[in-house]
Formats: sequence, structure tokens, C-alpha cells
Amino acid sequence: MTARAVTEATFEQEVLNNDRAVLVDFWAEWCGPCRAVSPILDQIATEHSEKLDIVKLNVDENPGLAMKYQITAIPAFKVFEKGEVVKTVIGAKPKPALEADLAAYIS
Amino acid sequence: MRDIIIIGSGPAGFTAAIYAARAELKPLLIASSVEIGGELMNTTEVENFPGFPDGIMGPDLMAKLQAQAERFGTEVVYDDVVELELDGPVKRVKLGNGETHEAAALIYATGSAYRKLGLPEEEVLSGHGLSWCATCDGFFFRQKTIAVVGGGDSAMEEATFLTRFADKVYVIHRRDSLKASKIMQQRAFDNEKIEFIWNAEIAAIHGSTAVTGVTLRDTVTGDERGLDLDGLFVAIGNDPRTHLVHGKLELTPEGTIAVEGRTSKTSVPGVFAAGDVTDPHYRQAVTAAGSGTVAALDAEQYLAALPKAPEDEVVADAASVAATEAAEAEFAVAN
Repeated sequence: MTARAVTEATFEQEVLNNDRAVLVDFWAEWCGPCRAVSPILDQIATEHSEKLDIVKLNVDENPGLAMKYQITAIPAFKVFEKGEVVKTVIGAKPKPALEADLAAYIS
Repeated sequence: MRDIIIIGSGPAGFTAAIYAARAELKPLLIASSVEIGGELMNTTEVENFPGFPDGIMGPDLMAKLQAQAERFGTEVVYDDVVELELDGPVKRVKLGNGETHEAAALIYATGSAYRKLGLPEEEVLSGHGLSWCATCDGFFFRQKTIAVVGGGDSAMEEATFLTRFADKVYVIHRRDSLKASKIMQQRAFDNEKIEFIWNAEIAAIHGSTAVTGVTLRDTVTGDERGLDLDGLFVAIGNDPRTHLVHGKLELTPEGTIAVEGRTSKTSVPGVFAAGDVTDPHYRQAVTAAGSGTVAALDAEQYLAALPKAPEDEVVADAASVAATEAAEAEFAVAN
């Protein structure tokens, strides 16, 4: 399952008003580590779809949200619950390391 | 069991794979889970790789090397090595997903990792204004004031690249001259947004949730002063990635894997090393690719000399002599 894209237009509905926890992957085309970690996120999305919703936000196309959430390095992953950021993970990491970081939201 | 496993997916690993695959050794290349392509993935324009007169983007070059390796039958696995067994005739490579792969020969080309400043605040501020990757993070510093620490080619490249976004880029270097190539130096000197701060090192990074500045210490006088910054990019060099082979392969005093003369032979028979993990001096994409070639040829020769089965020992010995002679002849021609 490929994590779906969200934009500034859909962010409120898809992320802030989501009943489940949502991980937002802040990424860009030109970011090599973002592309490398993307298939790992897709795997996590598939394996834990009942617990955690995973979406992607392109920072080039949505600079307002990147600024609002003070993104200064990508890939950056932010987990939202009830519209609030509850967890931030920065940088591409191997699957076991990402799963450990996200343990509270996927297990 | 396979003939050969290659660990590493930079220019050394993929070039070794191209040669090994063309020798019909069906190499398995372990590319890592999130660092596929190695250091060039974090660079922009590569202008010094022969054959690309107009330059080529680092990630594009790595994609081409991978395509070339796969074209001849290289199998690529996207996972990390967690454990190695190098003694004995069968080399075992354990991956993060729990699988173990076996081969008669192994090429170790894991490259190097960014060197850190060694300051306690580094962990907390990493990703919050403190970065090791200008191409990844420069975008977020539009109209900001930032600094690059370092004096080599990568520091100059980063500083020049960052002027696309930032209003002001300081280059902080602990000496009064640069190690960078002349062309990269000149490009930085000519850039109006770049200002050099010589003979200075970072004594502390300020900021609790994001970088707000640094304390600079003069390396000559020891005087300290503050500098306000929105971001700090570190490019102070790299350390060879040898943690998987500590106590298994001999290292040099510089910390790289020791190899015999101009070969790729490590202290363990059947284990070959290539690229930046063996190279404390040159560390170029082309030299890494060259040393990947050497490793593939060394491994090919090693495999050819292995006895096929116990009863074939006499024949194998003859083959080994022939292979050695052939390699020596090749070496003589090459030189």
C-alpha cells in the first residue's frame, strides 16, 4: 500500500480531524533519503493500517505547512493525534529503528 | 552458497558488482535499507567523474551505476548487515530481516559516515537547524543566516549550494587555508553571500529547540565569541564504517581497513575491501570505483583458485598457478 498524499487543502480533514493517529511524512523529490525511506513507510503503513494512518506531504508544494510545523530537515515524520503533534522522528532510518520509534502508535 | 556478496552500494560496491556480474559470478549486493547509493546521494552536481563533460547529478550517477550492475545480473537487496562471519571458507552475512546469505568471497565497501563535532548538544539539535546534508535541508533556510563548518571540497560545495537559499553563509574553518580543490575554493571566494571565518572552531551550539547560534573559539588565541545563526551545516570529514569488522579484519592506524599493497586483499582470505572504507587519502567517486574494480578482479582470481571439490585438488592447484600467472601478467600490462 502506498501512503496517500495530502495537501494544504486536505490537511485539516485528513490529518487534524482524523479519528486515528496519523503519521505525516514531510518529503521532497530532491531529497535522496526521503526516496530511500519511502518504501519502508509503505510497508509500515500496510502492516499497521488498523492502528496508524500514514500520509505524505510534499514540502515543495505545501511550504506553508512545512513552515507551520517548523520543518528544517527532511525526511521528517510527525505523528498527529486529535490534531496535535505527539511524536517527531527526523531522518531516514532502517525499518526496525523506525518501528521502535513508532512503537507507541503501531503496537 | 553464492560465489560473491558485495556489501555497499556506492561507486565502489556497484563497480565491483559490474565487474563480478560480467564475470558471471552472479553477485548479491547488499545496498542498505536507507542509504542506497552512498555519499553521492547527498551531493548535487558531480563535475569530476570522467565521461560526463556537462556534469551529472550524484543520485543520477548512482542510478546509472546500479542499472549497469543489474543489467549484467547483479541482485540487489535493500537491507542492512547486522553481523558478519568471515573466518573459514564460507562467509556469512546476516541481515536486519533475519536472513543469512553465504558466499565464498566477500567484498566490503561500506564507505564512511559523517564525522560529528562531538558536542553534547548535537543530538538534541540534529534536524532542528543542525544538519549534515545541505542538499536535503538547505531548502528550509530561505533568507536565513547559516554557517558551514569545514574546509574541504564538501564544505565548499555545501556553502556554495546553500547560497541558493540563504541570505548569508559563513564558512567556519579551524585553519587559515582550505583543503578544498582550487576550483571549489575560488567559487566560494567569488560568492558574495559567503564570508569566511578563519582559525575558528565551534565550542558550543546554542538553542534549546532549534539552533540560534554558536560559540566560536579562535584556534590561535583561544578567544571565544558568539555568532547568531539560524542553521549550522557540518562538513568536517568522514570516518570509515568499520564497526561490523572490528576484531575481524586488520585496520590501519588511520582506522581504514588494511589491504595488501595495491590489491584489495584484507587480512582474511576471501575477504576484499574497496572504496572509502580502505582509503584515508583520496576518497573520490572515481578512486572508489577503481578500487571496486580491483576488488572484483581479486575476488574473481581467488574464486578461480579455490578447489572445486576435494578430488579436484591437483587440478585446482594448477588452475590457481595459472590464475596467479594471468593476474601477474595483467598487473604488468596495467603498469
